[in-house]
Amino acid sequence: MLGYVFRRAAAVVPILLGVSVVCFSFIHLAPGDAISALAGDNASKEVIAQLRQSYGYDQSLPIQYVRWLGMILSGNLGTSIMTGRSVVSEVIPAALHTAILAVAAIALSLAVGIAMGALAASTRRVWLDRLLTGIAILGVSVPHYWVGIVLVAVFSVELGLLPAMGMGPAVSIYDFSWHDAKFIVLPAITLALIPTAIIARTVRATLIDVRKDEFVQTLYSFGLSRRRVAAHIARNAAPAVLAVIGLQIAQLLGGSILVETVFAWPGTGYLLNTAIATRDMPLLQGTILILATFFVLMNFLVDLIQPFFDPRIMRH
Amino acid sequence: MSDLPVTPALVTSEISQTTAKDRRGYWRAVRRKFGRDPIAVTCALILVVIALAAIFAPYAAPADPYKTSVIRRLLPILSPGYILGTDELGRDMLSRLIYGGRVSLLMGILPVVIATLIGGLLGVIAGFAGGRINMVVMRIVEVFFAFPSVLLAVAMTGALGAGLMNCLVALSIVFTPAITRIAESTTTQIRNQGYIEAARATGASAIRIILGHVLSNVAGPILTYASSQVSVSVVIASGLSFLGLGVAPPTADWGLMLSTLRQSLFVAPGNALLPGVMILITSVSFNLLSDSLRTALDVKP
Repeated sequence: MLGYVFRRAAAVVPILLGVSVVCFSFIHLAPGDAISALAGDNASKEVIAQLRQSYGYDQSLPIQYVRWLGMILSGNLGTSIMTGRSVVSEVIPAALHTAILAVAAIALSLAVGIAMGALAASTRRVWLDRLLTGIAILGVSVPHYWVGIVLVAVFSVELGLLPAMGMGPAVSIYDFSWHDAKFIVLPAITLALIPTAIIARTVRATLIDVRKDEFVQTLYSFGLSRRRVAAHIARNAAPAVLAVIGLQIAQLLGGSILVETVFAWPGTGYLLNTAIATRDMPLLQGTILILATFFVLMNFLVDLIQPFFDPRIMRH
Repeated sequence: MSDLPVTPALVTSEISQTTAKDRRGYWRAVRRKFGRDPIAVTCALILVVIALAAIFAPYAAPADPYKTSVIRRLLPILSPGYILGTDELGRDMLSRLIYGGRVSLLMGILPVVIATLIGGLLGVIAGFAGGRINMVVMRIVEVFFAFPSVLLAVAMTGALGAGLMNCLVALSIVFTPAITRIAESTTTQIRNQGYIEAARATGASAIRIILGHVLSNVAGPILTYASSQVSVSVVIASGLSFLGLGVAPPTADWGLMLSTLRQSLFVAPGNALLPGVMILITSVSFNLLSDSLRTALDVKP
């Protein structure tokens, strides 16, 4: 087990390095550098040169990268050009807000997705299976941010039941109270849409697949009850489903950009939008880096959990 | 956004070891099965209608999509002269939806096509060459897998700057890694098959082997996967426009219309939701079409 953990961990390091290179290159992808945006149109050449030097933009690219890497490894993601505050102090609260939303959406999509998939796989009613599969197809291809707008139109505008935007009077996660929970309902449903559909599809397909295995027949012939056999099937279906769930939780972070925009949720998506609108490259870079790192670690975690369901994985 | 993981096992099963003559029969069978699938035909028809309307927009649209009118703002759906009403600047909705298909379809389809060409090429080369080339290509691909797809698309367009061209570039980069991985794993699996060995023994060049044997085997899995990504691309592309990263107003584009009409949601909810309906219909049609294609490719010759 320990060897397996080390091997997986060793595979993560080059990926994270690659991620850092991609994030670093974002600044240099940008047309017109951030310095001229910061200095304004009327700045003299001397001022620009000085700023360039103070941000380290006058060095060669590899040197800039190594310096930057050293900086982020010591926990410093640079300074937001627009607000002048450190990127870390901007990203952390936003990431926590996104996390609240993501946890709610994940819980919802796990509960609904697994139930839908299991029901579709085990029902003998063809129409029910078709209906659930149809809903899942719709869920995968729907523009989820649009569904968010529809939900606002129905539940906020027409029925006036739920708030349309923001996360309530709570300024940060620390003073979030259950009284404000109604603010999270619509964004969480919207964000859960795609993962729910994909989890449902995967659960259904995997269960049907595993059920065809010979061992299922053997178990039945041993006289095991349907319920006991179902437990065996579930255990064998777990690794494949788990892999997809891990991937979906991670993808959720990306999807939250659009959902946060629709519901004015003050998370990382909102931060990213601000960074793009104001061309605040260090902020953009820092946000992406943190989200991508989280994404990689998430996949690593899934790799670590997998062997508990299927020990054979460790041998590869 | 919603890509199922690519398991090597899934790809293996789709590799056939057939002669060229069999293969012609196979594609004929695929076409026949595809043509008899009612869902596939319906979706294809819907998409053809949307695409034709978009291509011939100047003839298909009942009005000028850019003509604004202060007194005709937000007319409800089914108003006389404006079947689908008007938008927040009094422009005819139907005409704008028809014109909007141009950018939206382009942004949905083109990135997947580009990604299929580049990813297919990279993957086949990496798989066929093996060794160090394979390792370098696949390591780079793996790095791009570390980003959630929507995040990568938004970040790249954000860094490059808004605009149609940058969106196309960003989306192409988003879809390339997965296609490269499929092409690579399929090619690696057939690289050591007997008939490749035989071709090599007869003195066939690498290019000839790739064109004659590898491509025909890799095409199926790539095509199946790429087709499933078109619907994803349509949704992400309109998402980029929705965030203001796509084409600039007043250009008609479904995602952008959704964003500008959002302010009118409280006044005219029907009109504000229409662009989303178009995105939904297009995306679902592409998705079902891809599912049918997957089933059709499964036929035995």
